[in-house]
Amino acid sequence: MAENLKCSICNKDATVHLTQIVNNKIHKVDLCETCAQNKGITNTDGFSLADMLANAPLHPVESDDKRVCSVCGFQTADFRQTGRLGCAHCYSIFGDLLRPVLQDMHAGTKHLGKVPTFALVRQSNANRIHDLRRSLARAIAEEAYEQAAKFRDEIQALEVEEAGTASKT
Amino acid sequence: MIEPIINCSRAELTKGAKKAAAVVLSTRIRLARNMVGVPFPDRANSSQRRDVLANCSKQLSALPQMKNGFFLEIKSLSELEKQVLVERHLISRELCEGEIGSGVLINRDQTCSVMINEEDHLRIQFLKSGFNLKSIWKQIDSFDSTLEESLDYAYSEEFGYLTACPTNLGTGLRASVMMHLPGLVIADQMDRVIRAVSQLGITVRGLFGEGSDATGHVFQISNQQTLGETEDEILERLGNVLKTTIDHEVNARYKYLEENRPHFLDKIGRAYGVLRNAHVLSSNEAMNLLSLIRLAIDFGMLPKENRPVIDRMFIECQPGHVQYAAKIGIRPEERDLNRADKLREQFQQLPPLNFDTVGGLD
Repeated sequence: MAENLKCSICNKDATVHLTQIVNNKIHKVDLCETCAQNKGITNTDGFSLADMLANAPLHPVESDDKRVCSVCGFQTADFRQTGRLGCAHCYSIFGDLLRPVLQDMHAGTKHLGKVPTFALVRQSNANRIHDLRRSLARAIAEEAYEQAAKFRDEIQALEVEEAGTASKT
Repeated sequence: MIEPIINCSRAELTKGAKKAAAVVLSTRIRLARNMVGVPFPDRANSSQRRDVLANCSKQLSALPQMKNGFFLEIKSLSELEKQVLVERHLISRELCEGEIGSGVLINRDQTCSVMINEEDHLRIQFLKSGFNLKSIWKQIDSFDSTLEESLDYAYSEEFGYLTACPTNLGTGLRASVMMHLPGLVIADQMDRVIRAVSQLGITVRGLFGEGSDATGHVFQISNQQTLGETEDEILERLGNVLKTTIDHEVNARYKYLEENRPHFLDKIGRAYGVLRNAHVLSSNEAMNLLSLIRLAIDFGMLPKENRPVIDRMFIECQPGHVQYAAKIGIRPEERDLNRADKLREQFQQLPPLNFDTVGGLD
């Protein structure tokens, strides 16, 4: 006799077997009755497997992937468990785990929509100032004072610009 | 706390809309946005949540769109007040769970609400009665752009606007349209519609209750996917599905009228009679009867000016609203009495049904 399918969430014998087509891809999931109830699957209308896939990965695996986000302390295990992320920085830490999930979830994996112009300008200014400060320090260390003065003026100009956008708010 | 919101004479969904449309009750678009450098609300500590609330509410209240608006902190609201705001779609159930630092700003005419520290730092929502995807997108887009001048949104070139749950990634845009689909429900076609649109990345769910025979025949249709397409593409695809759904609904209504005219008129007549005379009405029964009256208006059996009245009743007959209007704590059975009283009073003011004019849908 074929081995009974196990619930993808709690590993008990599965009695609910679901198939759904999202983006022309077939998703299958096996669940026990309790988990199916908890996920609201007994009422299949309007239920989306994609929602569930996002919240519970199909095969939670023990792994030695022990990455931790330096900003919020979120770990690989947290991501696998919740399907969510802890902060914006997590996206650069766990991006590789996320990409395959996104493929099934969305129409594409690359953002094509609106761009927050002001925030990006501010961010690139901040990065630029950071780089210039380092160059300035190096120039001073090398006693290249003419160059250092140039860097200093550039930093000041950017900071004035920054203050300008800030006072607008 | 929320008295001025309920009594506001300009509230879009209950008072403002002059001419509500057939089939489509209301349209809403929401954008999910987060601040750079602060963990998402679920991972943020109390002081970070408080900072986000203080900073965002300050920037938001400075916007011209929020002039004379309302700012409410969740922790200062009673359970009942929260329920009323949920029933009016001004806040979500998830926001109600939030303790420290969760709040909402609502503009004067209640077409815009911004939840702070819900699943994401900001959930900006614009809503209007009728079918309005394009004009709402224009409004919310410009609101969002203005806000972005003073707030640093978390964004990456690859993933777009970064959100707590990857299901909202990219545009962070979810558009939902409330549709009144009694024709498709009666013709037993709702399951087919739900299956068909889900293959296009679009979800359908009952607004009051779940499943394909939602109470009041009101369904919420929304895009599920937020990444890999522009906002315009998402809205266009959803718009096309909605237009097709409207066509199917109108056809189903005509077909039903043609094949079951006496039974159909009987149903409407009885619904009108019950709403005008009943003394005990559960919220389910009231919604289903109101749905038939809305259909009667679409068929020209009552003047169109009454459509906003029905839409208001849909909202004000929900449990939280009935309880709130009672001023004192009442049991669910008593709510059914109050609800019937309210509907009786309202329906005494309506003209009689005109069965001779049944014809073109509008």
